[in-house]
Amino acid sequence: MTDKLDIILNLNGRDHSIRVEPRKTLVDAIREDCGLTGTHIGCEHGVCGACTVILDGETVRSCLMFAVQAQGKTIRTVEGLADGKTLHPLQRAFMAHHGLQCGFCTPGFLMLAANTLEQHPDIDDEELREVLSSNLCRCTGYQNVVKAVRAAADEMRNPAKNPAN
Amino acid sequence: MVPATMKPAPFHYHAPRTVAEAVTLLAQVAPEDGRVLAGGQSLVPTMAFRLARPRHLVDINGIDELKRLVVEDGRLCIGAGVRHAAFHRPVVPGPLGQLLSEVVRHIAHHPIRTRGTFCGSIAHADPASEWCAVAAALDAEMVAISTRGTRVIPAVDFFQGIMTTALADDELLAEVRLPTLRAGVRVGFAEFNRRAGDFAVAMAVAIYGVQDGVIAESRLAVGGAEASPRRIDAAEYALRGGAPTRNTFELAAELVARALDPLEDNQNTAGYRRDVARAMVRRALEQAEQKAGA
Ligand SMILES: Cc1cc2nc3c(=O)[nH]c(=O)nc-3n(C[C@H](O)[C@H](O)[C@H](O)COP(=O)(O)OP(=O)(O)OC[C@H]3O[C@@H](n4cnc5c(N)ncnc54)[C@H](O)[C@@H]3O)c2cc1C
Ligand code: FES
Ligand code: FES
Repeated sequence: MTDKLDIILNLNGRDHSIRVEPRKTLVDAIREDCGLTGTHIGCEHGVCGACTVILDGETVRSCLMFAVQAQGKTIRTVEGLADGKTLHPLQRAFMAHHGLQCGFCTPGFLMLAANTLEQHPDIDDEELREVLSSNLCRCTGYQNVVKAVRAAADEMRNPAKNPAN
Repeated sequence: MVPATMKPAPFHYHAPRTVAEAVTLLAQVAPEDGRVLAGGQSLVPTMAFRLARPRHLVDINGIDELKRLVVEDGRLCIGAGVRHAAFHRPVVPGPLGQLLSEVVRHIAHHPIRTRGTFCGSIAHADPASEWCAVAAALDAEMVAISTRGTRVIPAVDFFQGIMTTALADDELLAEVRLPTLRAGVRVGFAEFNRRAGDFAVAMAVAIYGVQDGVIAESRLAVGGAEASPRRIDAAEYALRGGAPTRNTFELAAELVARALDPLEDNQNTAGYRRDVARAMVRRALEQAEQKAGA
């Protein structure tokens, strides 16, 4: 019914020229049109946070935006976290501290946590729990997610402790 | 049949750059179920469920003149482009900035607050919206613009029921104005919800000034309990002239409980909501007092 629009999405520093209907959500465009399937879709109505990406430096639910609205913005997804073959400290910490089981919620938690630690490297436990309450996980019971993010925060502030260095 | 996926129905997308363009577009598309798209944090979920199937969306995110957040003539003017997250830190010195920065933490979660707007909450008028309760408590003024002109709607006339407001289909809520509060005024906010970030079962906003040891002026509003948030006159009246102590607060809370006609749903009976509202009023009043003493 509605015409498709030609837009460019900038994902992890790379432009993707795509043609989408206005009703296409950002997360669907990222997955289906740009082929980056690391960002997951859970509830599609803003409740679970599986689709969290970083848009112009802020976390957003990518199921609650239309792709056309993300033109001209920089978008970061989980695919952009690692530096080549070197995993991001958060990714390593999630493995080390069992911050994931099935992994469905993990990309959302990683982007939520990455943005939070970039903005507030010295975040205290209470604030951290408050931010992490944004997303849902059906497996871990959250404690190990909190532990993993805490460990990554400590490592990022004090890189000497990084076993990979 | 239930669709296998939740996808919004097709619509035409418009991205005006000015308020004038936006209201001209609204005048054209409102008769065909054209709507404003602000933060999308309430509209897009309802579209995903296909509870809403607007044929046109007028996206106001690209309109710079709506991003204003300034104090003018003793009022904080909040443009339709101002997002919830703007209030994480006090936007004005004094009690108003403090109140808004406390209230905002109760609205959804951080990644929703980066998109959702203050005016979107007011226009959406969910009974459990925190900003709507604040707007009722402070007798906010809503500035509505259409091709027919501009009008200013006071909060008492604006909220007309569950997700129902005085806005006409072709009107843009361009700005909401809140009176700034003088230094020394005490503010408190309390709400109860089942999980962090959920919509509240009930909430209370308490604002009062103390002179010579007694409450001289008071504003007390309840949200979430009824179809629309409102100030409760009987309780405000009872507060005035009383000492800011537990007895006074309990009397006010009881008067609120008696004045309410609470909503019922499958999780909350009217009686339960009334009890929660009573407790929230007392907590909001006490919190205001504790902060003043701190
Ligand atoms: C998981 C989740 C939890 C949430 N929890 C809470 C909560 O606890 N408390 C709370 O208050 N909210 C909550 N929200 C809703 C959120 O605060 C929304 O941001 C808000 O209700 C609507 O603002 P918006 O800018 O996103 O508006 P939109 O979703 O874009 O619009 C909502 C409606 O208002 C209309 N509208 C918006 N702006 C204007 C305008 N300027 N002029 C005319 N019409 C307009 C739209 O046409 C639409 O009908 C939650 C949302 C989610 C997804
Ligand atoms: S898929 Fe976006 S919040 Fe659940
Ligand atoms: S690890 Fe399974 S949902 Fe979080």
